[in-house]
Amino acid sequence: MTIRHHLSEELLMAYAAGELPEAFALVVATHVSLCDECRAQAEAYEALGGAVVEEIAAEMDDAALEACLARLDGMPQMAPARPAPRRRGVLPGPLADYVGGGVEAVKWRPVGKGVRQAILPTDRGATARLLYIPAGVAVPDHGHRGLEMTLVLQGAFADETGRFGPGDVEIADGDLEHVPVAEAGQDCICLAATDAPLRFKGIVPRMAQPFMRI
Amino acid sequence: MFDACPDDKTDASLSTPPYGAPQTGIWQRDGRVKADGSDIQDWAALVAAVRDRQDRAAFAALFRHFAPRVKGFLMKSGADAALAEECAQDAMATVWQKAHLFDPARASVSTWVFTIARNRRIDVLRRTRRPEPEELPWGPEPEPDQATVLEVRQETERLGQALARLPDKQRALIERAYWGEVSHSEIAAETGLPLGTIKSRIRLALDRLRQELK
Ligand SMILES: [Zn+2]
Repeated sequence: MTIRHHLSEELLMAYAAGELPEAFALVVATHVSLCDECRAQAEAYEALGGAVVEEIAAEMDDAALEACLARLDGMPQMAPARPAPRRRGVLPGPLADYVGGGVEAVKWRPVGKGVRQAILPTDRGATARLLYIPAGVAVPDHGHRGLEMTLVLQGAFADETGRFGPGDVEIADGDLEHVPVAEAGQDCICLAATDAPLRFKGIVPRMAQPFMRI
Repeated sequence: MFDACPDDKTDASLSTPPYGAPQTGIWQRDGRVKADGSDIQDWAALVAAVRDRQDRAAFAALFRHFAPRVKGFLMKSGADAALAEECAQDAMATVWQKAHLFDPARASVSTWVFTIARNRRIDVLRRTRRPEPEELPWGPEPEPDQATVLEVRQETERLGQALARLPDKQRALIERAYWGEVSHSEIAAETGLPLGTIKSRIRLALDRLRQELK
């Protein structure tokens, strides 16, 4: 897999800082599962987080250490890690985790012209959906404003800005009017995340203004 | 490390990412070692002692250094003192329980603690899930390569020094990007600067940090 379109610095930093709405974080985690370069960058931003944490300290309660040591008594060590998500076919681990299996487990709904979509359960700061676009078909206009991330899992699509193949991620802001068309030859499967600032305005204002839109 | 453009991603500094952060807090703001000449604390060795011998003295030393930092981080992120104290205790209990999962050849202890604190913040303050990438196919070695461990430690020190050398305003921007709940729009409201300006100032601060690391 030759990845040509990577995540932006802002997105990687916001992911490392734990700042992204869940849907965008899912796209980042999925791309990072496929891309060692972006993984290294995300880890570098975690290292910067470690450096930042070194800069601040708040005094703990006098009894805090005693209390914590007392807690350790009944606590099993070597707690097994939560099983890391595993890849299922074209779905990298984090995505397979949300779907609950591979592509065959996706509950698709038709949205016209043979295109199907499935909304994944995430917090309301943004929406994540899987898109299934038959080869040669254009993605219907979804009237979106704001940030949109689209990660290709299978096949490829092209729009005014270029060609996106497996592992590539397109990052589009509200200004981009684009009509992605799935390449002939193979049906295209993508993970797309969009923010929903209007729908949720006032309820979760902070999440509706994710860091990288600024 | 934080390469601005993807073309630079083959840079050697990225193939061995500086997973570091100052491990001890002995670096003052001006980047000099504390006057008492105290040696760099080997936090990774203390985590290994916790893992191998359930060493409570080693745990206590880790607690004294890192618990106040986790608490400070959570308070900066908007938690009140009581909640931040509780989360710091939880985070340190996680250090005890998951010591066997820490890999000193990949990250510094402060980076690891930062990710634990960050995830706790996502659980408790944002009440949402964090999608994680697939694990790399290798886990921590029982006997990690000491040269690599040392390299991580040195990179950590360099990153801490570089951050300390930044002008106060630039360092503050980077810190606040990690504190999370204080959003960029709040920084904008405080400073009266447009959001776009803040975003480009963060980028400049990161560029400056890269310069300092060269
Ligand atoms: Zn990438």
